Amino acid sequence: MSNVEGHIENISRRHFLGGVISAGAFVLAARVLPEDALADTGEYFGNAQAATLHPSVYLGIETDGTVYIVTHRSEMGTGIRTTLPMIAADELDADWKRVKIEQGIGDAKYGDQNTDGSKSIRNFFVAFREAGASARMMLVSAAAAQWKVPASECQAQFHEVVHTPSGRKLGYGALAQAASQLPVPKADQLQFKPKSAWRYMGKDQQIADLADICTGKAVFGMDVKREGMVYASVERPPVMGGRVQSFDDKQALKVRGVKQTLTIPGFKPPYTFQPLGGVAVIADSTWAAFQGRKQLKIEWDNGANASYDSDQYKKELLATARQPGKVVRSVGDVDAAFAKGGKTIEADYYVPLLAHATMEPPVAVAEYRNGKVTAWAPTQNPQAVQSTVADAVGIKPEDVTCHVTLLGGGFGRKSKPDYVAEAAILSKQLGKPVKVVWTREDDIRFDYYHAVAGMYHKASLDDRGRVDAWLQRSVFPSIGQMNDVNALYGMDIEYGMGLNDLPFDLANHRAENGPAKTHIRIGWLRSVANIYHVFSALSFADELAHAAGRDSLEYQLDLLGSGKVIDFKSQGVENYWNYGESYEKYPFDTRRLRNVLAIAGERSGWGKRKPGNGWGLGVAVARSFTSYVATVVEVEVDTKGAIRIPHSWQVVDAGLIVNPERARSQFEGASVMGASIALSGDISVADGRVRQSNFHDYPVARISQAPYQTDVHLVESDELPGGIGEPGVPPFVPAFANAVFAATGKRIRELPFSRTKLV
Amino acid sequence: MYGSLWAFVGHSYSGPAGRPECDNTQMIKFKVNGKDRSFDGDPDTPLLWVLRDELDLTGTKFGCGMGLCGACTVHRGNEPIRSCQTKMSEVAGKAFTTIEGLSPDGSHPLQKAWMEANVPQCGYCQSGQIMQAAALLKRNQKPTDKDIDEAMYGNICRCGTYQRIRAAIKAAAREVA
Repeated sequence: MSNVEGHIENISRRHFLGGVISAGAFVLAARVLPEDALADTGEYFGNAQAATLHPSVYLGIETDGTVYIVTHRSEMGTGIRTTLPMIAADELDADWKRVKIEQGIGDAKYGDQNTDGSKSIRNFFVAFREAGASARMMLVSAAAAQWKVPASECQAQFHEVVHTPSGRKLGYGALAQAASQLPVPKADQLQFKPKSAWRYMGKDQQIADLADICTGKAVFGMDVKREGMVYASVERPPVMGGRVQSFDDKQALKVRGVKQTLTIPGFKPPYTFQPLGGVAVIADSTWAAFQGRKQLKIEWDNGANASYDSDQYKKELLATARQPGKVVRSVGDVDAAFAKGGKTIEADYYVPLLAHATMEPPVAVAEYRNGKVTAWAPTQNPQAVQSTVADAVGIKPEDVTCHVTLLGGGFGRKSKPDYVAEAAILSKQLGKPVKVVWTREDDIRFDYYHAVAGMYHKASLDDRGRVDAWLQRSVFPSIGQMNDVNALYGMDIEYGMGLNDLPFDLANHRAENGPAKTHIRIGWLRSVANIYHVFSALSFADELAHAAGRDSLEYQLDLLGSGKVIDFKSQGVENYWNYGESYEKYPFDTRRLRNVLAIAGERSGWGKRKPGNGWGLGVAVARSFTSYVATVVEVEVDTKGAIRIPHSWQVVDAGLIVNPERARSQFEGASVMGASIALSGDISVADGRVRQSNFHDYPVARISQAPYQTDVHLVESDELPGGIGEPGVPPFVPAFANAVFAATGKRIRELPFSRTKLV
Repeated sequence: MYGSLWAFVGHSYSGPAGRPECDNTQMIKFKVNGKDRSFDGDPDTPLLWVLRDELDLTGTKFGCGMGLCGACTVHRGNEPIRSCQTKMSEVAGKAFTTIEGLSPDGSHPLQKAWMEANVPQCGYCQSGQIMQAAALLKRNQKPTDKDIDEAMYGNICRCGTYQRIRAAIKAAAREVA
């Protein structure tokens, strides 16, 4: 890993030290706080901080040798709660069996805690290595001092320090006290283990919560119970921005177990993470709250979004996409190339609104007491819980303590803590702990939806079938409208997910974005704008291959060119987002895309069987979240048009992978989520109201609809770690659509597939 | 800072008068994981919420409330049922097993196979998946792919662990056989 050193320096300043504690203070000897301060913070102070030796906020060692490692990122199924500690434990050369993982509460001292964007390892690999290495070096120094020998003669070895010449040994626990008195090594003096000595990193590791999950003991947000807690279910305005005009709760109050009702006023635009408002039914059980709610009679003032109709909106998006938009990337001269004539192909693509539908619907417990709130929530972003709850009840963020439970799925939904604010607002009124439980219907109807998008692609081919010019337009309501009602154009992050970074080496290429205003809450969903951009662009690439009479995989390889680092600045992309990473460290290197694509071809047996008659393979390639992925999907389509996916292949170059086992599981899962998006994901709206409500009308892939088998191939790499959670989704969807085309000759230009008649 | 702009209208219900709380109810007796249990609340309450809110058996999950996702699957005798669709009025005299009672220490062949195959991702649906699969193996110790598809069709996993679920069921079946 030739570039590790620079990585450590930068990331640690930016993500770990910056704004949290001063640069010199990262390396703290002994306790951060005096004993009495520890006592004051009571249950909110973890064992890691209270431990005798704790050289960083992520790690502590007790005198009995127990190593506490704090995971400050949220566990929603990626395995991050296990994988981050692996890094520190490895550098510490700890015995994994003696490592106890603690879930960090929301606290700025940990640095960024917003667990999305597939960035936990990217951003915290170095911080966790430094934590482990610091502790190891301090333990070695303590042992050397005790033995009165040079530290260079001692080494850490599986939870002990060994004096090599004499064979003397001391355990980490026995050394913790003495080590805590030593100065912590400066960052530039830290020595990291060579890769050859890694004990855990790069090797499969089971998740820490595995046994608890399989025995029903794991605690999710839905499982939290506090003494004296009451249950709440909220009837929210059916149209975004609506208000309660009046309501009658007489019948609701007659329901057994219902205690009272409370109203939560609507949000003040922009909608941000504020609750939608509505009427809450408070009861002594979840069921009673649900039943009481059914008896409410509410008159709504539906407001300006009551005329929102998703069919009409679709027409508007597609019409806008046919108009020139704001240029977000430009190479050569597309207009001049089109003017030359020749074979041109154009197509409209469409992706509807999508709901997250996490298996655990949003839920939270909050307790307001003496101007402070304690919350227990399945949240991807406990610091956003602090600020959102603080705003909602008029206190300071530091007076909000957020305990992070396991999440029953996240996918971006649980980055938005509106549901936690609801619980806090109600608790403040009631003076007791409140659990707000969303029903599945609430979840589907009041999501922060993945944006609907209309896209237009036009290309001209030369006489050998090669692309001469490619125009790409995309129109979608931007996530920016969450914070700014006038943000009608996309943000750099949305452009950087497939609109201004099409990987193909084209002489003439232009990408444009048109305006769109939303009438419903838009948020981000696993892989975000890549879903619609990569679906349309890589489907269109398949269309071009077909028009040129070429094999699709070879055609995509040709489109990538011989491979290079893309120079975005010279192509009019001033602020290429690059998933928040510096371009020097994480360049967009199309050689890595060529590599995964070629491997995918080999592994899938591409080109060996003639497609058609209801069988086919499809392929697509994409870089997202700094990882490079090629996906091949095999489909069978029967005479009734029913689709089966016998096999999919995900070939992944994500740089260094800490826990390959969990990486494979993420790409298997991404294939299934891709199948759901492709086959059935469809939120539609009439009169401003979402039509769908539960899994009968918002179906997601079930066991027989998911790929029967997904093979994940991880490219061995020492490059810097890339994202894992999301990058499997974007190429799956177009690869699947292209496979359907290969099998049936039917081109799918809108999602879900069920909108296209296959037979 | 919108907090200060929010106002609240509370409608407190005070006093028990007119509440039919103590009328027409009778104690419903049933068993969960071998223990005798009783319930005297609203007989329309689904078993799911009694397990979770009253008996603190939270391994059984709420996913949809319509019997569409299988997260709430428990056994009535040997039969897998959706506890969100099972009213307390139907449970008198019946014996139920939840994930907490499937084995004393997580040693059921399926639990072992689940861990061996690293099935769970977020884990929320897995209690229901395991209970559904356990019922399948009770009646069919050599399930084919088709048998597995049919038995497990009603259990959604949004993380997409299906291929490992299938593999774990087959592995457990080999051990049981």
